[in-house]
Amino acid sequence: MKDFLQLMGSTTATPVGLEAYLIVAAALFVLGLTACIARRNAIGILIGIELMLNAAVLNFMAFWRFQGSPLDGPAALAGPVMGIFIIVLAACEAAVALAVLLNLYFNFGTVEVDMVHEMKE
Amino acid sequence: MAATETAGWLGANLSFWAITILVLVSAAFTVYARSIIQAAYSLFFTLLGMAGFYVLLGSGFLAIAQVIIYIGGILVLIMFGVLLTDRPIAAQTSSLKWTYAAASLGTGLLLVNVFIRIILSADWQPASALGEPREAIAELGHVLLGSQLLSLELAGLTLLLCLIGAAYLVRRREQ
Repeated sequence: MKDFLQLMGSTTATPVGLEAYLIVAAALFVLGLTACIARRNAIGILIGIELMLNAAVLNFMAFWRFQGSPLDGPAALAGPVMGIFIIVLAACEAAVALAVLLNLYFNFGTVEVDMVHEMKE
Repeated sequence: MAATETAGWLGANLSFWAITILVLVSAAFTVYARSIIQAAYSLFFTLLGMAGFYVLLGSGFLAIAQVIIYIGGILVLIMFGVLLTDRPIAAQTSSLKWTYAAASLGTGLLLVNVFIRIILSADWQPASALGEPREAIAELGHVLLGSQLLSLELAGLTLLLCLIGAAYLVRRREQ
């Protein structure tokens, strides 16, 4: 129990541990997956995907911060660099997804995925 | 000396827990909010909290990029999408199907239980001595334009192609 408290940073001698960040990221990922399953609106599914991407960036950053090697090696700035690339690709994905959704809305009058059965006009 | 060191992590740890509560509560609201616009507003607080995590983990630059690109770009884009595709309030049904919501809640609890067990049982060996996270924006610039130059150019090219493709997809068609 004391180990667990120390891991979670409730003693002030140590910073919050790696596991705490990983658990938060896992919870965020599962919430995003839940949004993808539970939402009928396609934009809600897109929001769920954004939550999952954020969880991935948090994992990269946590492993970067707690890596054993000194920060001068080849992986010196791997965390922020991966984070920047993920954010840029998330921006691409959001732009294309919203263009597709607008087309869906023009053609079907709705963006609810269980009302749209076919891709062709 | 030892006293200042032991008190040194109190603020960071308290911030971690405050941000964790903010992120998880607003993310849960994002998932289970009744209307999609409420979910989009709630996503704002989740993304802001993630920026706080990046500050705590020692990369102020990524936090700024998160605020500018995610909140200033993607979230605004999502809100435009919501406003352009939503039907009038009267015709609106809940965007959440309750059978799906219950099933996803059960699956989610099971899955997060599995993840937490895996994380806690793994033998992580984090660095024994963690210093203050250091700010390295200048080094980040050298890495991005040095060893990661090809990746950076490809990311920029992908962004350009995506924007052209998106503009092509929503173009005005001749009837």
